[in-house]
Parts: sequence; C-alpha cells; structure tokens
Amino acid sequence: MNNNQTSFWAGVRAELPILIGVIPFGLIYGVLALNAGISSVPAQLMSSIIFAGSAQFITAQLVRDTVPGIVIVLTIAIVNLRHMLYSASVAPYVRALPMRWKILLSYLLTDEAYAVTILNYEREDPKESSHWFFLGAGLMLWTAWQISTAAGILLGATLPESWPLDFALPITFIALIIPTLRDRPAIAASLSAGVVALLVYDMPYKLGLIAAGLSGIIVGTLLESKK
Amino acid sequence: MNIWIIILLGGLLTFGMRFSFIYLVGKYEIPELMQRALRFVPPAVLTAIVVPELLIRSDQLDLSLMNFRLISGFVAIFVAWKTKNILMTLLVGMAVLLILEFVY
Repeated sequence: MNNNQTSFWAGVRAELPILIGVIPFGLIYGVLALNAGISSVPAQLMSSIIFAGSAQFITAQLVRDTVPGIVIVLTIAIVNLRHMLYSASVAPYVRALPMRWKILLSYLLTDEAYAVTILNYEREDPKESSHWFFLGAGLMLWTAWQISTAAGILLGATLPESWPLDFALPITFIALIIPTLRDRPAIAASLSAGVVALLVYDMPYKLGLIAAGLSGIIVGTLLESKK
Repeated sequence: MNIWIIILLGGLLTFGMRFSFIYLVGKYEIPELMQRALRFVPPAVLTAIVVPELLIRSDQLDLSLMNFRLISGFVAIFVAWKTKNILMTLLVGMAVLLILEFVY
C-alpha cells in the first residue's frame, strides 16, 4: 500500500469506535423522520444533503409540529453554526489542496469526522497524505449514516401506529442536552431558553423557538463573560 | 414550504458553513465573541424545543402528575445524567411513557 492508502485506512479505522454511537442515532432518525410524516425518499436524502444528525432530528420534530419552512431553515442554520468553527480549525491543514478536495472534505466535515481528523492533524507532523486520513474518516461516517438511516426507515415502517413515538424526539434531545450542561453558564443558557420558550409559546409561526434559543445563547455568553 | 426546499436550503446552508473558512483561509477569523457563544447553541435551542413538548398539553400548561410526558421526561433526564447514553435514555423514557399510558 502506498502512503495515501495507508492514511485512508487509518482514517477509516479511527472512525470505527465512534460508529457505536452513530449507528443507533441514524436508526432512530430514520424511524422518527418517517413517524413525523416525512416520506422515505426525502427522509433518506436528508441524510445525504444536510448530513448533520442533530439538525435532521430537529427538522423532523419541526415538520411534525407544522412549523413554517423558513423558521425550520433558520433553526438548521443556528444549530449548524458550529461547523464554521470546525472549518476554521482544519483550514490551515487543507489550504494547499486543490479546490475539488476542499469541497469534498467540507461536505464530509461532520462533528464525528472532525473529532478524529483534528486529533490526527495535531498528533503527526504534516504529511503529504494527511488529507487521505480525513477522507477515510469522513467517508466511513458518511456510509454508516446512510445505511443506518435506511435501516431506520425500514424499521419505522413496521412499528405500530399507536405507539407514542412522537415523544422519542424530545427524549433524544434530553439525552443530547444533559452532557452539555457542564458548568453554570451552560445550565443558565438551558434554563432561560426553557422559560422563555414557555413565555413566548403563542408567538406566531413558532418564532418563539428562535427567540427562546437566542435568549439562552445570550444569557450563557453574558454569564461566562462576567467570570 | 415544501419538504424538498427545506432539505435543499438546509443542506446548502450547512455545506456553506462547513466550507466557509476552508475557502477563506487566512483572510478572516471567527470573532471571539461568536466562538464563545457557539457552545451555548445546543443546550439553548434543544431546551427551547423540549420544554414546551413536556409541559404544554393541548395548548395548556400542564404541571400535574397526570402529565405522563413530564414524568417520563424527568426519568429521561435522570437516565441521561447517569448513563450519558442516548439509546438507554430513549429506551427507558419511552418505556415509562408506554407503561403509564397502558396502566391508566
């Protein structure tokens, strides 16, 4: 094997342990997207076009709640803002690559691919073949996400309609929120977003969601600045 | 808005943000305030979605013990805190809700 292939497969291997968490997540997404009333083709293609787990879960929830599309798109944008951080973080390592590589690697820049790729970049001296590691990690995650989504869609079609599956999304979100509550500013951000969400629940077009989210972000940032 | 337009716009925005600094490398940096604000996005936005799902039943605030979703939500918070495991949280939370709805 040449260096490029060695790096590629090292990236694939580095991604494998993360898949233990990703595959159930993809399965659940497939089941719930279908349950939210999204048909199987758009549910599957959302996994390749948006390709960002938490944004896809939120989209399913908001489609179910018949939230206007523009509010859904705005929420996707806010939730995915963190990818700009990843982009800034890997940018110096990929600056010399041709544009087609930059586009491909940007598409594959998920939380999970970023996590192993940035560790690899920081660990080893820059090599000619390092971007192949990024490609291997990104493609491994991409493949697992598409297949687990498809499996979830197949499974979702067989579950009884009477199950209160709509509640699975809020519970999944709880499982995502709790680990982020590491310190007081984060807890305050969460609590204030929750309180504001109740106060402005009646705002038209579900804009209360955006208002509540933004107020939580502002409260957290202000509290942290005071320290 | 059609689901396809939501998916395409959401995908374009997401790709744009992933591509942003890889494309602009060296020309701009993320403002420091925004870097610090980003970590509050998940707890704030997700909580803003979850809280009304648990507390508002048929457009009314429902803090009673008969609000099974609220009870299951508290159980899920506990399981998430103890296990940090999405699948475990989901299974226990759903099981509690199913059992409560079955019993009553």
